[in-house]
Amino acid sequence: MILAVLPELLLLVLAGLVLVFDMLWKDEAAKRNLGWLTAGGTLLILLVSWGAARPVGDPGPLWGGMIRHDWLGFVFKSIAIFGAGITALFAMDTESLGKKGEFYILLLTSTIGMAFMASSADLIMLFLAIETTSIPLYVLAGFSKADDKSTEAGFKYLLFGAMTSSVMLYGFSLLYGFAGTTDLYALAQGLASGALAGPAVAVAGLMVLVGFGFKVSMVPFHFWTPDVYEGSPTPVTGFLSTASKAAGFAVLIRFMLAAFPGVGGSGMEATLGIMLAVFAAFTMTLGNTIALVQNNIKRLLAYSSIAHAGYILIGVVAATKLGVTSAVFYLIAYLFTNLAAFGVVSIVGRAVGSDEVTAYSGLSRRSSGLSLAMLVAFLSLAGVPPLGGFVAKVWVFAAAMNANMIWLAIVGVLNAIVGVYYYLIVLKYVYLYRSDDEDKAIKISRPDALALGILTLGILLIGTIFAPWWGFADAAAAALF
Amino acid sequence: MAFPILSIIVFTPLAAGLLLLLVPGEKQNEIRVAALGAAAFTLLLSIFVYFGYDEGVGGYQFVEKYGWLPQLGVSYYVGVDGLNAPLVLLTGIVMFTGVLISWKIDDRPREFFAFLFILATGVFGVFVALDLFMLFFFYEIAVFPMYLLIAIWGWKVTREYAAMKLTLYLFIGSVIALVGALGMYFASGLGTFDMIALEQANFSPGFQAWAFPMVFMGFAVLGGLFPFHNWSPVGHVAAPTAVSMFHAGVLMKLGAFAALRVGMMLLPQGAQMWMPVVLFLALINVVYGAFIAMVQTDFKYVIGYSSVSHMGLVMFGLASMSRTGFVGAGMQMFSHGVMTALFFAAVGMVYDRAHTREIPKLGGIAKNLPVVAVTFIIGGLVSMGMPGFSGFVAEFPIFMGVWGGGSSPINTNWNFAAWVMPLIAIIAAISIVVTASYIIRIIRKVFFGEMPAEFEGHITSISALDKVALIFLATILILLGIFPSLMVPMVESGVENVLRLFGGA
Repeated sequence: MILAVLPELLLLVLAGLVLVFDMLWKDEAAKRNLGWLTAGGTLLILLVSWGAARPVGDPGPLWGGMIRHDWLGFVFKSIAIFGAGITALFAMDTESLGKKGEFYILLLTSTIGMAFMASSADLIMLFLAIETTSIPLYVLAGFSKADDKSTEAGFKYLLFGAMTSSVMLYGFSLLYGFAGTTDLYALAQGLASGALAGPAVAVAGLMVLVGFGFKVSMVPFHFWTPDVYEGSPTPVTGFLSTASKAAGFAVLIRFMLAAFPGVGGSGMEATLGIMLAVFAAFTMTLGNTIALVQNNIKRLLAYSSIAHAGYILIGVVAATKLGVTSAVFYLIAYLFTNLAAFGVVSIVGRAVGSDEVTAYSGLSRRSSGLSLAMLVAFLSLAGVPPLGGFVAKVWVFAAAMNANMIWLAIVGVLNAIVGVYYYLIVLKYVYLYRSDDEDKAIKISRPDALALGILTLGILLIGTIFAPWWGFADAAAAALF
Repeated sequence: MAFPILSIIVFTPLAAGLLLLLVPGEKQNEIRVAALGAAAFTLLLSIFVYFGYDEGVGGYQFVEKYGWLPQLGVSYYVGVDGLNAPLVLLTGIVMFTGVLISWKIDDRPREFFAFLFILATGVFGVFVALDLFMLFFFYEIAVFPMYLLIAIWGWKVTREYAAMKLTLYLFIGSVIALVGALGMYFASGLGTFDMIALEQANFSPGFQAWAFPMVFMGFAVLGGLFPFHNWSPVGHVAAPTAVSMFHAGVLMKLGAFAALRVGMMLLPQGAQMWMPVVLFLALINVVYGAFIAMVQTDFKYVIGYSSVSHMGLVMFGLASMSRTGFVGAGMQMFSHGVMTALFFAAVGMVYDRAHTREIPKLGGIAKNLPVVAVTFIIGGLVSMGMPGFSGFVAEFPIFMGVWGGGSSPINTNWNFAAWVMPLIAIIAAISIVVTASYIIRIIRKVFFGEMPAEFEGHITSISALDKVALIFLATILILLGIFPSLMVPMVESGVENVLRLFGGA
């Protein structure tokens, strides 16, 4: 029982420690060390969880049916905790974040929410977890009080989030009204036996999708993404685009495949599945097309992150074991890749004071290590081997073909080509164009170098030795099939 | 366990490239020497593989197989047969000479060699892959460094455009082929990417009919097949010399080889259905490419389009669906690779000194650069298919194969009249005359004739390393022409493998 929530408990302890040390260390410079504490703590939590709290077999519902202790939840918990640790490292030398204890506490609180999102198996728990995740994120997005864009981002995120949350909550209550239960797995039985049927249930399911779609930035619930990504402090953006998105997918996958197990089949649930497939196609296409014309790198990555949500959705709508495995694998690869991309953006943004793509001119002459990390991250986003993004893309497309959705695979493949174009354009600035400042080297601080090193190595490892990562993703998918 | 020589060949360039990135960028000479050392080592190993291959035994040799993603039947599975052993050797040769002639690159040579070597790893990987997933994996590795190599070190005027065009063309081709290949994976029901196993999968004719064009055409983009050839001359011209050598010498073979290996060998019935179309397209390549080359005034564009024409011959040989044609195609891949590497090296050396590639403005180069002139003429004779040079050994069987293709035992699906195939062969043979005309024009105008006054004193002699590279390449072309038995029996043993899959012995 305790083991099922061990990561969350440890995160809570860590948050408490940060709070205490925030009080003890009065000195501004010392407060920067809270970042080391947070990063080291999350590393320790990961190690302890993988050593002691790995799920074994299927213990069934725990804590009154609120939580499942399965690999699906465990993998996503690990993703969230890893993301938090790396974000703490990137935040340390960011002016508005690094020396504030509140930042680290909010980050950890949000991570606790994500961990619960990953494992919750009950509508009530799900809603609580989503709100625990979201409310600290609203604050984090608006954390740079001196920056109007950040304030705007926080406020916009809050408004959109609150709106979609309430629609989702309404969906939850309708589902409860029809089924008389809030347990996801009991809902599934009701649907399977035909006790729950009819368009009204589908509408309720759709309303829930609004909430999840918002979290993963699925079209048409993506409008907040570019503004919030652009305005938030860059390390927070990295966290939003990876851990928060992964947590959104965790609930989406569990909800779609545990509560509506028939999405791949026929009948009313299949309609939901087809709708989701169409959403996936639009998400990819819109994200990639609009990314083509962006001049600001954070907006470009925001639209790219919308596009990637579309690719991941392919795996989800395939609704097969291969599909879910590929989606989870994609999220693992994407976690490393996008954290690295935003990490580089954060460091460069701090050094040159701009997030315009043109500011990247001559970067390879200013810091070859930073450019190399950027090359790896962007080529991985483009889906080039031997980087994580390649294997991930191949298998989501394979999953679509396996599920007889060849049209979706083709839409995905065409989108991948569009993606290659704009990622290469950015690399062209880095490696090809010159700038007046190119003799000024960019200094990379120790935590940044460490984080980028871990991420770059991770991207390479995922892309070359993929069997263990696939094994985790496979175990996660096995929890549903 | 046997000595994993193929893996060492595949990963030496990658390891060298990554190590180079760790060397401080200012140590340019150390970087060059290290790069040359790695290239020489790889070349020696590939020579060893080439001569160690026993064509009497045939089949796949030096095989290594390790599980890579066992859950889905992906393995790291390499081996060489009579068709890819020459291509491995070719890559070793081009890589070695490419490093030699890139000695004077002084803009970030570390990154240049690192990207070039990563590209080489991709190329080696594709040539030796016996696993479909692995083949795609290395194929993409081979394609992407091209973008950076061309965009950063290329010809300033067109490099950005050319690099992007090339990358997008090749990427589109490869993802289309990927969809077809994934289709094969699922349709076979075997749950494996092992190509030896997939050869036995007996795909239904209906499946082969749609999968074949996707896979074959997807790869043929890189082989420069009409109408998808347009990226190639533009890319050749914009690329720096060593990259042009790699690009035309090796990379385009990658496309033709993968089209054969994945398209024709795994989907033989599809090949039988679609080959008339391929034959027609390849005919356009051969003839149209030669004519376009003839009217170019830019030295490098001439060679670029001649590559389109000569790579068309490879496709032409494959499309003949006959043993002779296949052997010719296999030989042509090697011969053209060496020849075009020689051409681009020569063009690069002339351009570096004259700073123009306009043929009418050049002249009299032979006086100052005799080695370049002589080796270029040797290359020219090869490209005309002159007996005594490797071009003859390669091109003659191709034309013969097409001529007799109508009666080939594996041509089960065609019912052309008896005169059609000879006629096609004759039309294609026009290209030889056209080739002769543009090669002779270049030799006359660029290397002989009056040297324009402004070049006096500018045409400095080439370095010893450049000479080694040129002479090395020219020697191979002559050796192969005089002693075809150095390679033909090996290619023949590889062709046996292909024919077996078509049900014809």
